[in-house]
Amino acid sequence: MVPLLCLWLVTLNEKTASLPVPMRNSASDDNINMAAPVALHLEFGGGAELLFDGVKEHHVTLPDQLDPWDMKQLLVWIKENLLKERPELFVQGDTVRPGILVLINDADWELMGELQYELQDKDNIVFISTLHGG
Amino acid sequence: MPVLCSSCAEKRAVLKRPKTAHSLCKECFFWAFEEEVHQTIISAQLFNHGETVGIGASGGKDSTVLAHVMKVLNERYNYGLKLMLLSVDEGITGYRDDSLETVKRNQQQYELPLKVVSYEELYGWTMDDIVKQVGLKNNCTFCGVFRRQALDRGAMILKVDKICTGHNADDVAETVLMNVLRGDIARLRRCTAISTASEGEGVVPRCKPLKYAYEKEIVLYAYFKKLDYFSTECIYSPNAYRGHARAFLKDLEAVRPSSIMDVIHSGENLSVREGVKMPVQGTCGRCGYISSQALCKSCVLLEGLNRGLPRLGIGKHHRLHDKILSQQPLTQAEERKIKPLKF
Ligand SMILES: [Zn+2]
Ligand SMILES: [Zn+2]
Ligand SMILES: [Zn+2]
Repeated sequence: MVPLLCLWLVTLNEKTASLPVPMRNSASDDNINMAAPVALHLEFGGGAELLFDGVKEHHVTLPDQLDPWDMKQLLVWIKENLLKERPELFVQGDTVRPGILVLINDADWELMGELQYELQDKDNIVFISTLHGG
Repeated sequence: MPVLCSSCAEKRAVLKRPKTAHSLCKECFFWAFEEEVHQTIISAQLFNHGETVGIGASGGKDSTVLAHVMKVLNERYNYGLKLMLLSVDEGITGYRDDSLETVKRNQQQYELPLKVVSYEELYGWTMDDIVKQVGLKNNCTFCGVFRRQALDRGAMILKVDKICTGHNADDVAETVLMNVLRGDIARLRRCTAISTASEGEGVVPRCKPLKYAYEKEIVLYAYFKKLDYFSTECIYSPNAYRGHARAFLKDLEAVRPSSIMDVIHSGENLSVREGVKMPVQGTCGRCGYISSQALCKSCVLLEGLNRGLPRLGIGKHHRLHDKILSQQPLTQAEERKIKPLKF
C-alpha cells in the first residue's frame, strides 16, 4: 500500500501547495458566544507529507465554533480540508493510522490526552509517519 | 498539564516509551536509548576492539540513527572500532540521488568515511534498466537480491570485518511474522539472530545493533536530535504482502505496545523439531557466494538479464540452473517461460 504512494513522489515533489485558506467568518464578530479562531502550525514528515501533495508545513486557521477544538475534530478537519490522497493511509476510525506518530508542541501526544487534547491558538502539531523506508 | 520526566523528575517529559511506558524528557530519553543499544552490543558481543565496521547506510531513519549512535557509543565506551558508511546505489533516478545526498551529508556530519557501490559497477545493470526489462511487478526480486550481495561486495572491497544494519525491533517482528505466514522454517529460525557469524567465503558477518529498538523511538530519536534523514520507500518496492504484515503489527502495537517484543521473543524461542528438512547451504558455482542452489540467486538473475531472458530467477526455474551453469542451450519451451514481459 505505502510503496505505491511513492510512485507519485517524483511528480509530487515538483508541485507546490495550494492551501485552502479558511476565511474568518465576518458575521462571527457579532457573536460573542463563539470560541476564538485557532491558528495552528501543522507539520507532516517521515513520508506522511506525501499524502499532502508533498508539502510538509501548513499554516491553518480553524473556523470559529461553539466548543473548543480538540484533536479528534482536527483530524476530521484535516481529512476534509488538507488530505489529498488516500485518507486510509492517514486516518483509521477516528484516530490516526497506527504507525503515525503525533507530537503536540514537541511532546508525544500520548502524554497530552491524544484525541481529547483541546487545541490552543498557535499550537504546533507534528505528524510523522514511521511506515516509510528505513 | 505537562507531564514530568519519570527519571530526573525535573524536566518536561516528551515521550512515553512503548517498551517501558516510562515518560521521559529529551535528555533522559537519549541516554536511555543509547544505553540500551550499548547493552545489546555488549551482551551479544557484537564487536571486538580494533575491528573495521561498515554501517549499511541508506539515508533512511534507521541507518541514520544507527550511524549516529554507533559513533556516540564508540567514543563513549571506547569500543576501538573503525567505523565507515557503506551505501548501495541501485541506480533509480530521483530516488537514490536524493537519499545518497543524505548519506553524503551524514558522512560530513559524522565524519565517517563513505563508500558507495553501484549496481551498475557490480552487475552492469541499473535498477532503471532492469525495470525496463522486467516491468514493475517483479523488480523487487532484483532489488532485494542484488542489494544484499552489493553490501557484501562493498564490504569486501573495503576490507571491512563486519557490517551492521539498521534493522529495528519492528522489522525483526515483521520478518518473524512473514516467515510464519509463508511457512519458511529455515528463515524463521535464522531471522531473529542478532548476528550472522561468517556464513562462508564472500560473506561478511552482519549484525543488528538496533534489534531491540522500537521504530517509534528511532523516529523520535531522529526527530529530537534533528538528524538529517530521507524518508520514502524505494519506488520499485511494491511488496503488498509485507505491507499487510506491517499494518497488522502496527494495529497490535496500538492495542498493546509490547506486541513487537513478544513476537520477537516467540521467534527467538521457537525450536524446530528434529527431522524437519532444511535447505543445505552451499556456494554458488559461479561467484562463490552462499547459495542453496547450484547458482546463487543473483547470478541467475544476472544471467537472465544478460541473455535477454529477464524472468529467469523469478519464480521456480531451478531445473534450468544446471543447464545455464554448464552453458547448455535452452529448449524453445524453456526459453518461452523466461522471455521478457510484453508491455
Ligand atoms: Zn529527565
Ligand atoms: Zn526495491
Ligand atoms: Zn553467484
